[in-house]
Amino acid sequence: MMRAFFLTIRRDLRLALRQGADSIMVVMFFVLTAVLFPFGVGPELNILARIAAGVIWVGALLASMLSLERLFQADYEDGSLELLALTPTPLGVIVLAKVCAHWLTTGLPLIIASPLLAVLLNMSSDGFGVMLIALLLGTPSLSLIGSIGAALILGARRGGVLLSLLVLPLYVPVLIFGVGAVDAAIGGFEVKAQLFILGGIFLATLPLAPIGAAAALRQALE
Amino acid sequence: MEPGRSPPLPYPLITTDADPQRPGFSPNQAATYFGCFRVAFICYTSTQDFLRVLNFMTTFSGHDLSCIRGERLVFQGLNFAIEAGDALVLVGPNGSGKSSLLRVMAGLLKPATGQLAWNGEPVNDDPEEHRGRLHYVGHHDAIKPVLTVSENIAFWAGLHAGENDAEVAVEKALDILSIPHLAEIPGRFLSAGQKRRANLARIFAAPAPVWLLDEPTTALDKASIAKLEEALAEHRAGGGMVILSTHMDVALENPKTLDLAEFTVPLTPLEAGDMML
Repeated sequence: MMRAFFLTIRRDLRLALRQGADSIMVVMFFVLTAVLFPFGVGPELNILARIAAGVIWVGALLASMLSLERLFQADYEDGSLELLALTPTPLGVIVLAKVCAHWLTTGLPLIIASPLLAVLLNMSSDGFGVMLIALLLGTPSLSLIGSIGAALILGARRGGVLLSLLVLPLYVPVLIFGVGAVDAAIGGFEVKAQLFILGGIFLATLPLAPIGAAAALRQALE
Repeated sequence: MEPGRSPPLPYPLITTDADPQRPGFSPNQAATYFGCFRVAFICYTSTQDFLRVLNFMTTFSGHDLSCIRGERLVFQGLNFAIEAGDALVLVGPNGSGKSSLLRVMAGLLKPATGQLAWNGEPVNDDPEEHRGRLHYVGHHDAIKPVLTVSENIAFWAGLHAGENDAEVAVEKALDILSIPHLAEIPGRFLSAGQKRRANLARIFAAPAPVWLLDEPTTALDKASIAKLEEALAEHRAGGGMVILSTHMDVALENPKTLDLAEFTVPLTPLEAGDMML
């Protein structure tokens, strides 16, 4: 089972690496959305510093969703998904492996790019560390929750729009506590509570999301 | 605790020296007991082996299967049973449910009624074990355009075969279809027939007793079909089962045939009208 898990991660990473552009595009999208804000709200440093955490989190949310549509779509179209569902490994394990690969190719680059954006948006340096920890705890939950949506939209026309309608409302708790943690750190308050809740969300979605996504995939394959 | 004042135990103990004053077993008695257990255990395992030998004809069967696709009953009351070494050819006109039946057998599709059984035991009891003993070739070739042929095959073989040496198995599988020259070619450069051959090589690379092949000869040239026939014969000689649907003639030694036209449910004019709407 572990073997199948790592084989699937390796294959998906290899696919992402050879197709290359996908994960770079996600990071570029993330950076560009954040860069647009100073143009929109004006170059007033106080305002930018005030909204920096929110902008970075919303950007991360949208960027991670942008790539979710392709999570199962390519495998669904070329018949690989059928074969993945027919291996002796439980489908949930395969889903978890695919989600891990998705996070490694999109979530992790976002986290690496986020300090740069924080500087661009004049965020107080007190919030940097907490922002990184909050993103580390929060983005895997985004990939996990998104995998259920990505499995549900298989076979639907205009799946991308449908996916955002399904998944964005579920992202709200992660957004609230993610931004809350950074704001608290900048204000000099205790951030433990928010980080614990982010960790709790991650731990809850870790076993539940693959089960849900696997059930949705079986439905899509019928 | 002081020596000699140990309280009497309510259960027997194995003592190291035979002491008639204390309750328990002497080593001799214990050995006899263990001996009895060993004999019983050997009897038990050998009976199991014997039953297994009696049972050596593995069977794969389906009972009273029916399938609904898009609110239409495709077939109903379908029974089949094959044994190790058998080949079952599904025939019938387009839309008679050959592919659906293969997907039901693979477990991708739940039958509306009836159940599949392996050696008489329902497959649903352990779907993972069932998936482990079958290979399915569908309409799609599942070849990733950016991975080389051998990477594609090695991935599937690795998921199925467990600890085997994947590279050797992949080489062997490519040899069977005489496409070793394609090993390092990325999937996007393959023709339809080459993709199909790479997909078939996938099932040769990891052993599994049941092969479910949906139109395996599509896009194959005559020479490749001959290789496939050889491979099928070899698989059956090794105690494997083959179930395939085909419009082309695939040469198989005394195959069983299942005509799905016998089990299709004719559309009433009313339903047919509904479908046209």
